[in-house]
Amino acid sequence: MFYRDAGQYKTSYAADMAIFPLRQDRVGIAVILLIAYLGVPLLAGDFAISTVMLPLMALVPAVIGLNILTGYTGLISLGSAGFMGVGAYACYKLTTLFPEVNILVWILCSGFFSAAIGVVFGLPSLRIKGLYLAVATLAAQFFLQWCFVRIPWLYNYNASGAIEVPLRTLFGIPITGPTAEVEVKYLVALTFVVILAWFASNLVHGRIGRSWMAVRDMDIAAELMGIRLLPTKLLAFAVSSFYCGVSGALFVFIYLGGAEAGTEFSIRLSFLILFAVIIGGLGSIIGSFFGAAFIVGLPTVLKFGLPTIGIPITGAVAEKVVLMIIGALTIFLLIVEPHGLARLWQIAKQKLRVWPYPY
Amino acid sequence: MTDATLTAKPALSPQQIRRIAWIAGPVLLVIVLTLLTRSGAIGPSDWTYKILVDPFVTMWSLPDLLIQTLWEGFVAGVLYALIALGFVLIFKASGVFNFAQGIMVVFAALSLIGFYEILVGRLGIPAGYAAAMVALIGALGIMLLLAVAVERIVLRPLVNQPDIIMLMATVGLSFFLTGFGELAFGGNPKVMITSALGLPTGSSSIDVPGGRINVQHLDVAAAVIATILIVSLGIFFQKTRIGRALRAVADSHKAALSVGISLNQIWIIVWFTAGIVALVTGIMWGARSEVSFALEVIALKALPVLVLGGFTSIPGAIVGGLIIGIGEKLGEFYWGPLMGGGIETWLAYIIALVFLLFRPQGLFGEKIIERI
Repeated sequence: MFYRDAGQYKTSYAADMAIFPLRQDRVGIAVILLIAYLGVPLLAGDFAISTVMLPLMALVPAVIGLNILTGYTGLISLGSAGFMGVGAYACYKLTTLFPEVNILVWILCSGFFSAAIGVVFGLPSLRIKGLYLAVATLAAQFFLQWCFVRIPWLYNYNASGAIEVPLRTLFGIPITGPTAEVEVKYLVALTFVVILAWFASNLVHGRIGRSWMAVRDMDIAAELMGIRLLPTKLLAFAVSSFYCGVSGALFVFIYLGGAEAGTEFSIRLSFLILFAVIIGGLGSIIGSFFGAAFIVGLPTVLKFGLPTIGIPITGAVAEKVVLMIIGALTIFLLIVEPHGLARLWQIAKQKLRVWPYPY
Repeated sequence: MTDATLTAKPALSPQQIRRIAWIAGPVLLVIVLTLLTRSGAIGPSDWTYKILVDPFVTMWSLPDLLIQTLWEGFVAGVLYALIALGFVLIFKASGVFNFAQGIMVVFAALSLIGFYEILVGRLGIPAGYAAAMVALIGALGIMLLLAVAVERIVLRPLVNQPDIIMLMATVGLSFFLTGFGELAFGGNPKVMITSALGLPTGSSSIDVPGGRINVQHLDVAAAVIATILIVSLGIFFQKTRIGRALRAVADSHKAALSVGISLNQIWIIVWFTAGIVALVTGIMWGARSEVSFALEVIALKALPVLVLGGFTSIPGAIVGGLIIGIGEKLGEFYWGPLMGGGIETWLAYIIALVFLLFRPQGLFGEKIIERI
C-alpha cells in the first residue's frame, strides 16, 4: 500500500550502501525521532518517563554493546554489568576530581576507561571460545564487583559506600543530581542513545563490522582470509565495553541518581542484558532496542498494569511473578522465534512490502 | 645427506624443555627468595616478602592451621564437585549447559524442607527419621516432575538449536524457578532438617603436628556421601543398560537414535539424575549453613570447576572441584588479608582463567581440534 520500494532507483554507490535505502524507512525513522524528542517529553507523565524511558535509555547502549560482542563477533560475555560499573565509577571519579569539565564529556570519557578494562579481560578470548569464554568473563564480573565494594577510593571514602551523584549543569540547566528535571535527563540520555546507535550502525555496516561477522561465522576461515584475530576480537571487546561503560554512567547519573555498586551491577543485571540481546535478536541494532524495551517494560507493565485491570498484586509478589514471567517468556520466545523480536520486525516489514499478496 | 644428520635428534624436545622449565622455575624462585631473605635484602615489611615469603613461613611454622585450612578447602571442594557433577551429567547427555543447576540445588533442598514441615506441622506425623524419609521421597518426586517438565516444555521444542539459545533457555529456567521458589517457599532462609535425616552433628578435635584441628562430623559425612554418590554414578554409567545408552547419547545423538535409543527418555533420566545430585548437594550445603537463594550464586562457582576439569569429564569435575576448593581457601586465608579480604568471591574464576591460558581444553577435556 504505502510501504513499497517500486519506483525508487539507486543511482549512486552511496545510495546503494545507505542504511535506510527506502524513502519510507527514512520517513519512519524521522517520525520516531520526532516522537522521541518532542512527543515523549511533552505528552508522557513524569512517572512514565522516570520508570520506563530513563532505564530504557540507560540500558540500550549496554544492550547494543553486548550485541556487538555476542551478536556480531560471536563472543559470549557475562560481565557486562561489571563493565557498566567501571563506567559509572570512572564517571564519578572524573566528575568529582575535575568538576569544572562538563559532565557530558565525562560520561563519554568513562566509556574509554571501561574499554581499557574490557580489553584486558578480553585477552583470553583469543585462546578460548564459547562457554569457556563465558566463564572467563564471569571472572571479570566478580572481580570488578569486589573492587567496587573493597576499594573505598572509588566512591571517595563515602561512609555509605555508595555513589552520590552531584549536581551538574548544562547551559545553566541541571542535568544530573536531585534537582534535575526528569524531561531534561531523558533528553540528555536520548541524545547519547541516538548518537551511539548511529555510530554502532555505521560500525557494523562497514569494514570493521564485516570482519567481526567473519570472525563470528568461523574464526579460522576469517584468519585465513587475512583478518587478524587478536586485534579484531579485542576491538570488539573494546567497543562493547565502551558502550557498556557509557551505559553504566547513564544508569547511575541519569536514571538512579546514586548507586551502591555491590547490588546494582550484579550478575543478575549481566544476565538481563544478555536476555535483552537474545530476545531482541542477535546481530541487530534495532533488536537491541526491542530487547531492552522488553526487559524494562515487562516488570513495569506487570507491577502497575495488573492492578489497574483489576488483578490485585502486591509489590513483593509482583517481583517474584516478574521473575517467573521473564523466565517463562524467554523460553517461550526462544522456542517460537530463536532469532528474536528483530526477526519478527523483519517479517512484518516483508509482509507489508508485498501486501495484499502473500509473496 | 648422511645418515648422521637424518637420525640425529635435538638434545631435548620442546616438551622436555618446557617440563624442565616448569620444575626448575619454582625451585629457582624458592632458592632466590631464601637467599634474599637470609641475607636480609628483603625484610618483613616489603610487599614481595608479604606475598611470596610470609604465607609459606606461616604455613611451615603453624602446620595445624594449614591442615585445618586444607580440610575446609577439601570439604568445600567436594561440594563444588557435586554441583559441577550435575552440570557435567546434563552437558554430556544433551549438550546443554544447564545454568539452572544452582537453582535446582536450592529448589530441591527447599522442597525437602517444605514437605517435612507439611508432614510434621499439618498432618501431625511425629518429627524424626520416618517423616524425613517421606519428605525425601516427596522431594525426589518433585525433581522427577521437574525433569519431565523441562524435557517436554523446554528441551524437546528447542532440539538442534545453537548452544547459546539452549544456554539462555536454561538461564530463563533458572529465573522462572527462582521466582516460583520464592513464591512457593518464601524468600527467607531455612534451616536444613539435619538431625531428622540422621546426619551427624557436633565436632571432634584431632591431634596433628603442631596442635589440634577441629573436624565437623557433618563434613566427614558430606565427603563420605559424596564419594558414595560419585562411585554409584560411575557404576550406573559403566555397568547398566541405561548407563550404556547414556554414554551412547553423549557420543553422538544421531548414532544413538539410529540404534533405537529414545532421546526423550534419556533426557528425562539425565535431568532426574542431575536432580538427585542437586538434592544431595542441597542437603549437604544446607546443613553446613542454611538453605537460601544466595546458594545460587555460590553454585556458579561450579563453572570455574568445570573449566578446570573440562565440561565432559566426571573425574575432571571432582579434581577441578578439589583444586578450586583448596586453592580458594588457601588464597583467602594466607593472601586474602593482604588485599582486604573477601577475595573468595573471584579467586576461583581467576584461577580458572589463568589455567585456561595454558590449557584451553581443561585438565581432562578432549583436545580441541579445529577444522574448516
